[in-house]
Amino acid sequence: MAVVLDARDLNKRFGAVTAANGVSAAIEQDSVVGLIGTNGAGKTTFINMITGYIKPDTGSIHFRGRDITALAPREITRVGICRSFQIPQLYASLSVFENMMVSLGVVLRNAGLGGFFSRGRPNVPGYDAPAEEVAERILERFGLGDYRDKNAQVLPGGVRKLLDIALTMAAKPSILLLDEPTSGVSAEEKFGMMEMVMAAVKAEGATVLFVEHDMEVVSRFAERVLAFYDGRIIADAAPEIALTDPEVKRYVVGGELHRMDEQKGAANA
Amino acid sequence: MSNITPRDRTLPMLGAVLLAVIVLGPLLPKWALFLLTIAIAKGMVSLGLMLQLRAGLVSFGQALYYCIGGYTAGSLGRFFDISDMLLQMICGASAAAFVALILGFLLARYRGIFYGLLSMALSMILYGLLAKSESLGSTDGINILPSTIFGIRPVQEWVRYVVLVTGCSVAALAAALVQRYLKTPLGQLSPAIKDNEIRVEYMGASARKAIHVKYVIAAALSGIGGALAATAVGHIDPDMAYWTTSGEFIFITILAGTRSVAAPFLGAILFETIRTVAFDISPNTWQMTLGISLLLVIVFLPEGLWSLFSRRKAA
Ligand SMILES: Nc1ncnc2c1ncn2[C@@H]1O[C@H](COP(=O)(O)OP(=O)(O)O)[C@@H](O)[C@H]1O
Ligand SMILES: [Mg+2]
Repeated sequence: MAVVLDARDLNKRFGAVTAANGVSAAIEQDSVVGLIGTNGAGKTTFINMITGYIKPDTGSIHFRGRDITALAPREITRVGICRSFQIPQLYASLSVFENMMVSLGVVLRNAGLGGFFSRGRPNVPGYDAPAEEVAERILERFGLGDYRDKNAQVLPGGVRKLLDIALTMAAKPSILLLDEPTSGVSAEEKFGMMEMVMAAVKAEGATVLFVEHDMEVVSRFAERVLAFYDGRIIADAAPEIALTDPEVKRYVVGGELHRMDEQKGAANA
Repeated sequence: MSNITPRDRTLPMLGAVLLAVIVLGPLLPKWALFLLTIAIAKGMVSLGLMLQLRAGLVSFGQALYYCIGGYTAGSLGRFFDISDMLLQMICGASAAAFVALILGFLLARYRGIFYGLLSMALSMILYGLLAKSESLGSTDGINILPSTIFGIRPVQEWVRYVVLVTGCSVAALAAALVQRYLKTPLGQLSPAIKDNEIRVEYMGASARKAIHVKYVIAAALSGIGGALAATAVGHIDPDMAYWTTSGEFIFITILAGTRSVAAPFLGAILFETIRTVAFDISPNTWQMTLGISLLLVIVFLPEGLWSLFSRRKAA
């Protein structure tokens, strides 16, 4: 299948910390890729480099053959690469619906629609409906209909996560990067949440990369796994292969089990 | 509580108020006509501040553009013998917008207190320059030619009325345009910028560019206000750019709230009225009266006077 996103030999240092150490990955169109690795392994850094939030020291990133390494986040968004955040980035003073409308407004504006002189309600590019309808549709799809008029500020954690992801759908991304979409969500709810997100995303047809700590969730949803350790990708394979790789077991899965034990310990304490 | 969707009854209301001014104006005493004109002029500046405030930015130097508007009107008379009010306002707006377009490249990089203080510094620079420039009257300022409109000079009896109606018409038009702008995606980005610039960037919009546009619009509005004040007072001086003048505009904006494009005008009328009355009653403590009234508004109407008029769902 065609490669849509091609990261080549990315390196990034923060002082003494090497957050990316020769990271390369070619992502195929319409694939679902799980990014795993313990905290500090470099997953978010990878996403940050792809979306232009930080620039790699060396290396390049190509989207459909175009070099996007030097582009600003908003330009990368405009080419069709969108992201959600480990900590949801919402408009706290606006309602859920208004959060959606602002996002769709930007999409309209970038398409040269909905300016000062335009009349009527133009259709959102990619969705053949005006913004209000698209907003309702996306919110429904993410199960956010009940929260429509609630302020983003007062939403429960899982709902904030969902809204953060729903906002990225406004631009109809061709690549979606989800940084820990299920973090802060209880183990029982994780599957339901991922189910919903993947259904919504696939309905619009996007390539997905998601960061996830729960290996069951990873093996259930990912077609391919990138395992990060110490700024490097130590395994890049289908989940059943990657998750049984000795190195991955030692540095990632083991670490995750350890991490979960710690969390349980903390919860019991 | 959200402030993203401006109210829709604004346009008919603006029209009704304008009509009321035209019809009832002749019944008002001259001092009231003057007070209203000055309030409209200041309301224009406050409208510009409101645009910025919606995006979370407070300019402590909006008087810069008020002053540019005033001095543009003054210079038109002094150097080109032009006294047409509409031309004064159009040129005042253009000059202010041009300066803001340039300075905006600098200002739009800053947020919070830096934005505020930098804008104040720029305003004080203009104050300093004007105070030193002989050809523009130094600290004494210069007089403005008696107002005309479309080549007609109203008889003395009617000047105040004509200036007020002209000012109100321009203000109503400006408020309607701002209202329209607030409904565009760029206008609706304001609260988003205030809340979360990271998300704004990751949606594919430039917060800096959006702020730059708001800054220029605000300057144009302030330039109109400055030109109107100049033609109403008949005199301009560098105090128009002084930081206390900017303070007044912030005062009015906070008093008014950001909920409607009409709010700044209401705030300005109240401000001018309180000041006039307080000054009449007790010339030495009028600032205290003003201070107390602002305090009351902040405590009891934290979203400004306009919340008295708009009953919105509490979120
Ligand atoms: N902006 C930054 N400044 C300094 N160090 C950073 C920054 N971003 C990430 N790091 C460091 O880089 C390493 C990788 O971090 P990150 O990519 O966030 O890991 P992960 O998302 O896998 O938990 C960590 O050691 C982290 O402390
Ligand atoms: Mg991370």
